[in-house]
Formats: sequence, structure tokens, C-alpha cells
Amino acid sequence: MTGYIIRRLGQAIVVTIGVTMLTFMLLHLLPGSLARDVLGPRATQPEIAQFVHQNGLDKPIYTQYWLFLEKLIHGNLGYSYQFNRTVNSLLASDLPRDLVLGGASLILSLVIAIPVGVAQAVRRNGALDYAATGVSFLLYSMPQYAIALLLIQFLSISFHVFPAEAPQAASVTGMLSHPSALVLPVASLTLVTYAQFSRYMRSSAIDTLAQDYIRTARAKGLPERLVLWRHLLRNSLIAVVTLVGLSIPYIITGTLIIEQVFNFPGTGLEYFQAALRNDYEVMLGITVLVGVITVMGNLLADIGYAILDPRIRY
Amino acid sequence: MQFSTRASDTEREQAPARVEVDTVPEGGEVVSSGSPWLLVARTFAQNKLALIGVAVVLAILLFSFVAPLLYHTDQLNPNLLDVNLSPAGGHPLGTDSEGFDILGRLMQGGQSSIEVGLAVGLIATVFGLIYGAVSGFLGGTVDGVLMRFVDIGLAVPVVFLFIFMAQVYKPSLTLLIVLLAIVSWLIPARLVRGEALTLRTREYVQAVHVMGGRSWRIIIRHIVPNTIGTIMVTVTFQVANAILTLAVLQYLGFGLPPTTPTWGSMLSDGTTYLQDGYWWEVYPALAMIVVTVIAFNFIGDALQDAFDVRLQER
Repeated sequence: MTGYIIRRLGQAIVVTIGVTMLTFMLLHLLPGSLARDVLGPRATQPEIAQFVHQNGLDKPIYTQYWLFLEKLIHGNLGYSYQFNRTVNSLLASDLPRDLVLGGASLILSLVIAIPVGVAQAVRRNGALDYAATGVSFLLYSMPQYAIALLLIQFLSISFHVFPAEAPQAASVTGMLSHPSALVLPVASLTLVTYAQFSRYMRSSAIDTLAQDYIRTARAKGLPERLVLWRHLLRNSLIAVVTLVGLSIPYIITGTLIIEQVFNFPGTGLEYFQAALRNDYEVMLGITVLVGVITVMGNLLADIGYAILDPRIRY
Repeated sequence: MQFSTRASDTEREQAPARVEVDTVPEGGEVVSSGSPWLLVARTFAQNKLALIGVAVVLAILLFSFVAPLLYHTDQLNPNLLDVNLSPAGGHPLGTDSEGFDILGRLMQGGQSSIEVGLAVGLIATVFGLIYGAVSGFLGGTVDGVLMRFVDIGLAVPVVFLFIFMAQVYKPSLTLLIVLLAIVSWLIPARLVRGEALTLRTREYVQAVHVMGGRSWRIIIRHIVPNTIGTIMVTVTFQVANAILTLAVLQYLGFGLPPTTPTWGSMLSDGTTYLQDGYWWEVYPALAMIVVTVIAFNFIGDALQDAFDVRLQER
């Protein structure tokens, strides 16, 4: 087990470095001049040369990457020249709001997906199974933003139940004080996430149901309710660990799109606006952060799986 | 875009597979099974959803590629006299904000959407197949290194990079296909690699070794043909995913020139007018995407069942 964790940890470190390298190179190779963007069209050639030199942009690319990595290790994600703020300070105000959106949606989608998946497995090919399968098919066959747009169309435009824009408050408490404005963004992201979870939960519960220990539990006369609670649900929950860990990139992408639709002031929207104004270091910082979170999610999923399921030995 | 649950299982594939022993009743049915392909085809044909999926895909192909020959519309020159017309005799599905006939545009959008989907699905799967087969067959250090590249690719937040590129490049259909293929081959590579890892330990592969067969012969004649099930399933899902991702990218600003409409660009253009109640500019395109993606998923699911020998016995 320890050997496995160490090996897995080593892989994660290699992959993280690879992600930073790939992102850095890709964003770096694209055309455009940071100096021109920052100093404006009227900057003179010497001014530009000075800026380029001061910021180390004339150094070879591997030196620049090394400097970037050095800052990154110290937790410095970069500097927004357009806002004259560090990327860290931008994210410090965005991330708590993301946690509200992402966290609430993740919890809600699990709260829906787990019991529905188990019920689908138990009553396989019943009316509920067909209905739930149909809904999840429909949800994941739509581009994510279309789910949000449908909700806006019906609950905001046709019937004025909830506002179509997310709360714009700066603080988390400020956001939570407008719960009605949070409903549509959270509901959209919940549906997007549920669409990913539901099939997996169903098939994992069906697999569990076919196991010998379920047959044993039934054979020894355990009431069906206890079979489901003690054996089926618990063992299906192991799959949830993997599911959550692996779906992190998907949730982050979903967050990006939902934030764009609802003008939700989070990291996704920050990224989008940074792209529009060519704020290179903000984009680089956020992309690397998302990549690192993804690697961590995968790592935790694998290790959690190995710990929770003692039958698995690597 | 779709989070693949099958891909997550690679680490677990090393765990001993569960062996299902179904006792065949004495004197039970003996069916002449014919060739394995016949068996697959028969299982596939018994699946009603699969047949619906095939019928729908055929209908959409006819609609996109043949119907324009019968239903002539001008999709090149905007007609600013007839903008945002609601559905009526001359325009069965109305016109959009540039005066293009929506029904005709759906046909043309279908051509480019399906072309992107098929091209990306095929390129990504073929490349992933070769990469995965080589990696799994060679195993050991080479496999470790090759799979880390896949991990890195999967951890880079794709949509984020696409947004950035959308600001820099004027995209064409070809560029989109290339970019989507670059990010889509990773999951097929993982799946095929997982199968190749087990296939290379089989007796018939070892027999080729003993007979002095070369590695490429084993890969091409024995490993690749044995992963055909996985490949066909993957292609189907990849086509659906590419169509969806294309739609999302176009919403996030990866716009193609108006001369190459896609369902995604129609949908994202139409959403601008959601508030005005021009439903015909939104829902037909959304319906086309949803129906196409669901149809491909039906086919993929059915293929998966048909190729899964374990399931056939149940």
C-alpha cells in the first residue's frame, strides 16, 4: 500500500511539472506582445525594450519557464498588468465564490445521483429506471450552457421566479444574502454534474448488486432494506470517491461555462475576461492552478479508492 | 467534453477480473453462433434503442447532405429585409438575425457539425489506438513514460486553452478538427492500452513470440483486432462528444466565419435573442444537437453490450 502511494505520488509530481511546462509553452508560443499590451500603442521603442528587459522577456524560454516555476513553488501565480494586482489576490476573492457554486452543486448532485442510482439498480428496467435514464441522456446530450439557458428561459423569462444573473456581491456572505439569485446557477451546475454522475452510479450499483456478498446477505435472511443500506449503498459509495476525484476537471469546465452564462463573479469568469483583455499571466496562473487541482483530484481518488477498498492491491 | 467513466478504470484493470460462471442447464439451448461478427450484429439488432439510433443517424445524414438538393436556400448572402421572421409558409422554420432561412441553415449546419464529429472521432480513435496498443504492448518503462504524457494531456484544462486560442486565431473548420482531435485521442489511448496490457499476456500472443513473430506483427495482427469492440464503441462516443464540444466552444467565442454555420453557432447566435422570444432561432438547433448526440450514444451503448461477451450470457 505504502509503495503504491509513493509510486502514485511520484507520478503526480511528474504530471504536475508536465502540466506547467505544457501550459507555459502553449501560452508562450502564441503571438502577441506583452509589452505592447501593457504600455499601449504610443509606447516608444526604448520604453518597450526597457519593459522587456525588466520583466525578463528577452531571456531564453527555458530560463523564463524556470523563473515561472520558481515563483510558482513559492505560491506566486503571477501578476496582472492590467489590474496591477497579483493573480493570488484576484483569486483570493474569486475562489470562495467558486466554492459556493461548485460545492453546493457537487453536494446537491451527489444527494440526487446516489439514491436515484441505487433505486435504478434495484428496480432495473422499471419505470423509474427508464425515466431517470431518459433524463440523464437528455441532460448530457445538451451543451452545458443550453441547460442553463433553458432554466433561464422558463424560470426567469417566461415566469419571473428567479433572476437570470448571479449575485454580484463581493463577499461570500453578500452572495448568500441573495439566495434567490444563486438558485439558477447552482441548479444548472447541479444538472450538468448530475448528468455525468447518474450513469456511473447506476452501473456501479448494478455491479455491486451482482456480487456474492449481496447474495450471501439475502441468503442469510437479512431484510432487503438492510441489504440495500448496509451492503449495496455502502459499497456503491466507494465508487463515489473515484467519481468525485475524476470529475473535478469536468466540474471546473462546467463552472467556467455556467459562470459565463450567469455572469457569476468567479475564477471562470475571471479567466474569460482575462482572455478578452490578453492578460497573459492571469490566464497562465489560472490554467496551471486548474491543472494542479485536476492532478490532485486524480491522486486523491486513486489513494482513497485503495484505502477504502481493501480487496484492491496494486 | 463528456467525462468518461470507462477511462477511469485503467488503474483498476490490474485487479483480478471477476469471473462470472453461469451454469448452462443440461441439454440447454445450443445455438449455432456463426461468426463472432454475426453474434455481435444479432445482439445489436435485438436492441431497439440501437436500431432507433441508427435510423436517426441515417435520417440526419439524409437531412444534412441530401435534403439541400431538394430544398434550395441562399446561405451565403445575408438578406437584411427578412430578418427574424417567425415560421411561416416561405420559411417553415423562420429566418435568423441575418435573414438566413433556418431550415436550410440547419441542413448546412448539420454538414459541418457531422463532418467535425466524424473527422475528430476517426482521427482521435485511430491515433489513440496506435498509441495505446504500442504503450500497452511494450509495457514497463516505455508504457510508464507514454502514459504520463496522456496524464499530462488529460490534466491540462482544454476549454481554457481553447478560449485563449479563440482570441488569437481566426479559426477554420480544419483548425477546429485538428485541435479537437489533439485533445480527444487521450481517452481512446488509455482504453486501448488497458486492453493491450492484458492481451499481451495471452497464450496466442506468446505463441507468436515463440514462433519468432515481430512486435509490430503482434500489435497489428493480434492486439489491434482484439480491441475492435472498444474501438467501435469509442468512435461512436467520440463523434457525439466532438459535436457537443464544438457547440460549447462556439458559445465561448470560438466562432467560425458565417459561411460555415454549425448547429453550435446557430444555437449560440440564437441565444442572444432568447429574451425577444425568437424561439425558432434557438430550439431547432438545440434539438438537432440533442437528437444527434443521443442517437450516437444509443449506438455506442448497444455496441458496448454487443461486444461484451460477459453480458451476452445474462
